[in-house]
Amino acid sequence: MPDLRELYQQIVLDHNRSPRNFKRLPDANRTAEGTNPLCGDEITLYLRVEGDIIADVGFQGSGCAISQASASLMTSAIKGKSKDEADALFRAFHALVTAGPDAKPDTTQLGKLVALAGVRQFPARVKCANLAWHTLHEALSGAGGRVSLE
Amino acid sequence: MTVRQVSTQLTTARPKRDVATVRADFPVLAGRATGKRLVYLDDAATSQKPRAVIDALSQFYSLDNANIHRGVHELSQRATLAYEGARGKLQRFLNAADPHEIIFLRGTTEAINLVACSWGRANLRAGDEIILSAMEHHSNIVPWQIMCEMTGARIRVIPMTDSGELELDAFRRLLTDHTKLVAVVHVSNSLGTINRVKEIIALAHERGVPVLVDGAQAAPHGPIDVQDLDADFYALSGHKMLGPTGIGVLYGKAALLDAMPPYQGGGDMIRSVTFEKTMYAPLPAKFEAGTPHIAGALGLGAAVDYLRGLSWEWIQSHEQDLLEHSTEVLQGIPGLRLVGTAPEKASVVSFVIEGVHAHDIGTILDQEGIAIRTGHHCTQPVMKRLGLPATARASFALYNTHEEVDALAEGIRKVREVFG
Repeated sequence: MPDLRELYQQIVLDHNRSPRNFKRLPDANRTAEGTNPLCGDEITLYLRVEGDIIADVGFQGSGCAISQASASLMTSAIKGKSKDEADALFRAFHALVTAGPDAKPDTTQLGKLVALAGVRQFPARVKCANLAWHTLHEALSGAGGRVSLE
Repeated sequence: MTVRQVSTQLTTARPKRDVATVRADFPVLAGRATGKRLVYLDDAATSQKPRAVIDALSQFYSLDNANIHRGVHELSQRATLAYEGARGKLQRFLNAADPHEIIFLRGTTEAINLVACSWGRANLRAGDEIILSAMEHHSNIVPWQIMCEMTGARIRVIPMTDSGELELDAFRRLLTDHTKLVAVVHVSNSLGTINRVKEIIALAHERGVPVLVDGAQAAPHGPIDVQDLDADFYALSGHKMLGPTGIGVLYGKAALLDAMPPYQGGGDMIRSVTFEKTMYAPLPAKFEAGTPHIAGALGLGAAVDYLRGLSWEWIQSHEQDLLEHSTEVLQGIPGLRLVGTAPEKASVVSFVIEGVHAHDIGTILDQEGIAIRTGHHCTQPVMKRLGLPATARASFALYNTHEEVDALAEGIRKVREVFG
């Protein structure tokens, strides 16, 4: 039986209410937009990448608590990281939220991102948690595009 | 048992009943969701099906299954008789002048696409205008956009007020010599507004402009008389009105349908075929290429019988009572705002809660076994017009109860508990 308290942990509710890095970066050199048409979640992600390092990051958008908290937690986690480190976090986070309800994925490097582990029990909400990360992937890999999670 | 006997049995009038006995006709309502008793409040997305509809499908496949309009054999004749019998039921349901004006299709979406492609191809030119309304479902927007791209025609939009009413004065001004068609929704799926389609049709007809009505959300809630409305086209979906998925109806005035080119080519829609020239079949076969959803049509016929058996009087009184009760209960919840407050509404209640996204509301209610719809409801222009990313929507059918409305209110209190 899925547990709502697992999904809506205090840290998730806090990041939803007061999202970190919720700003447009005027000097961004990578941007990407992500949408989740099913529920209307949308975010625009701004990165300032210097060499190999994500020097600054911001996002704007609207959506459910999971999508907003995930974007906020992600921006906090990747600021100052190298592109490879961010990519490793992306893969670890993806494994965390798509693992079966009873799986025990490796969470050692995830830090506060573990707060979103409860999403595993709510398959309909996995896309909400993943939106920011897929948008990050697009921003880092492409010249700046649009991601749509159908 | 012959099909004739089946259809007699299904048309037997039922006495008026209370909601508890009506619920007993819908097997799924006794079920559970997420471990709780199911509270199904997503009727505008699709309605549940009474036993009579499920049995009609099962009986056809068990006893009478054959292709229609083909064989000299008994089963094919039975299937044809039953299929055409269902057409007759839908003719009476809509009060169409002739059964040939009833085209069986997959649903409202296909019906609108048929008119857009067939009528549009024959009649639209660059500079022509099609008038839609601000509260159309995407299925009554996108087919017209596709046709406009092909022909150079343009779309104009009847605006709506903040409460969700169409502005008919603005509509009058939009009607010009360029207007070739008006396509408007009868009942809004996201707001519940019942539009004054008879008045809209009369205004359009003053200028000789035909009108298509999207009746998907109207058909389950009250009587429709296409002759009284003077609608030129009327589209509905079986699955919204207790019938199966994959079956719906396009009503069109015979003169319009006769003049239109075919929508799809294939078997059943021809009179004769040579490699040089094909003669098309008369209505309704001209628009029913290929083997149709025969069992679905029978199921829809059974749904119509079921609705008639209950009587519109009982259904409308019960649903208006649910609308009033839910409006009153939800308005009393702090931080909750109703979206769509037109004076004439079907039993659809859209709402937003301050500080909580609709998707989160939906997940928390789901944990209580309560099924609602959240999101843009395939009406993104409505959401944009109202400045909302999404709404939560509870929609009620003839089998919903006061207790279910109260369960919804209790579930919303849990939303507040989770979000503080």
